[in-house]
Amino acid sequence: MTASLPGAGARPAPGFAPGSAAGTSPGRVQGPAPDSSPEGPPASGAASLPEGPGLSPCLLQVCGISKTMGGKLLLDNVSLTLGAGELKVLIGPSGGGKSTLLQCIHFLTPPDSGDVLLDGESAREMSRRNICLFRREIGMIFQDFNLFDHLTARDNVAVALRRVKGLAKKAAYERALSELDRVGLSSKALLYPSQLSGGQKQRVSIARALAMDPKVMLLDEPTSALDPELIGEVLKVIQDLHDGGMTMLMVTHQVGFARHITEEFLFMEGGRITERGSPEELLREGSGSRTADFCSKLSEIQGG
Amino acid sequence: MGTLEFYRAVLIPALNQGLWVSVKIIVPSALLGLTIGILAGAGRTMGRPALARVLDAYVAVFRGTPLVVQLMMWFYGLPTVSTFLESTFGQDIRPFSDLFRLSPYAASVTAFALCSGAYQSEYVRGAILSIKRGQFMAALALGFTRGQIFWRITAPAAARRALPGIGNEIIYLIKYSSLAMIVTMSELTGQTKAVASIYFRHLECYLATACYYLAIVTAATWLLAWAERRLAIPGDPSHG
Repeated sequence: MTASLPGAGARPAPGFAPGSAAGTSPGRVQGPAPDSSPEGPPASGAASLPEGPGLSPCLLQVCGISKTMGGKLLLDNVSLTLGAGELKVLIGPSGGGKSTLLQCIHFLTPPDSGDVLLDGESAREMSRRNICLFRREIGMIFQDFNLFDHLTARDNVAVALRRVKGLAKKAAYERALSELDRVGLSSKALLYPSQLSGGQKQRVSIARALAMDPKVMLLDEPTSALDPELIGEVLKVIQDLHDGGMTMLMVTHQVGFARHITEEFLFMEGGRITERGSPEELLREGSGSRTADFCSKLSEIQGG
Repeated sequence: MGTLEFYRAVLIPALNQGLWVSVKIIVPSALLGLTIGILAGAGRTMGRPALARVLDAYVAVFRGTPLVVQLMMWFYGLPTVSTFLESTFGQDIRPFSDLFRLSPYAASVTAFALCSGAYQSEYVRGAILSIKRGQFMAALALGFTRGQIFWRITAPAAARRALPGIGNEIIYLIKYSSLAMIVTMSELTGQTKAVASIYFRHLECYLATACYYLAIVTAATWLLAWAERRLAIPGDPSHG
């Protein structure tokens, strides 16, 4: 496993140059700084990074992913990037390929073509064993929780810590309890999934993912299977994660929540990202965007 | 001989002896059958297609033919292979060809284990299929390997679902173990038949034997119910 990239640009991924901004600033001719040793002078390394909001180092890069299943093209050359600490929201009609995209990013269903780079490392080129390592760096939250029904909340969180990360039982339980505490469920640690409400189940599943120390979280409609009054508790956890700097890609129909929290909307339809931009840009009155149209219909149904 | 005297001196000792033989048939058959059933059930649901097809064929054959016929084949049919081998390759092959001459006990356990395994694999298969695919995906997403998913997630969850069916099959096995009589085993039913035809007291003998079977089955039922309670997940409606 590699270190995360505080000195981004030191290790450019093939076909992707975080320092490419250097090319756009002709003033900087002293030579290609990224070629210097990874230990290069930190000052110049930091300086080569363009400053300003929204230009954080790229953590996850999805390059031209396509996927065909059962003769149907579900993803058509989809690309996107996620910078560290960024939260982007995927919206769009059902069957548009949002869930498939998340599963392909995670290599749960490997894409037919294209690649996913996490910290500049290509998932495509990984062995079976390394794919397991790659997967544990990316947390996945499912619409219907997918908790392990035969394990308590604590064991749901601890099982991967013990079996995948190889922690001792005691250490795994301690970590599990602290993660459950983080999502406000320490008092429910010994209950089974069938004894929890939907919102609690989803929070356990978030704790389970967080315990693996993922670099990125993918959330697939985390609130769609919940009763309306339980949605808030899950959204609050997501808000806290975002405030804590977690990098996230979320599929959701909670437009009201999403537009306040995200920097960028990605609208997916027919297996492609057809529109992308900031919420203000896309949802502006009279923008005529498909996103605005879709969101206004959602808001009508959701009553605001 | 008075009735009580007959019970005390003849029937009960004979049945107790038969009971011991029955238990010696039932326990290994049930354990072997369950092992075969778990392996076959897992192979049919999660194995490579070629393996799954071979195991499907095994189940089709052993569920599709009468157990009596299978038993006869193992005991009376198989030695023909030995005879054939010896006539083809000479008596030197004896150590190998004798493997096909099963004792009545070996033939019974073989037949019961293979037949039971075919049925058990159906219960195991159903239980594995009932575990939602989402749990598999979640485990994969956490970085589990496929082997770990089977042993840590699928198997423990499926075992609880399969248990009622597995218990049912074991109870069947207890009763069809009486077929061992036709390959000359002196187990419970075989003993009864012998005593009944000597003393000509069929009704009493078979009634007594029925009580013996009922007692074994009741004990097995309790044991299985206890196991189910032990493994039950609180609040899960599918486990009562």
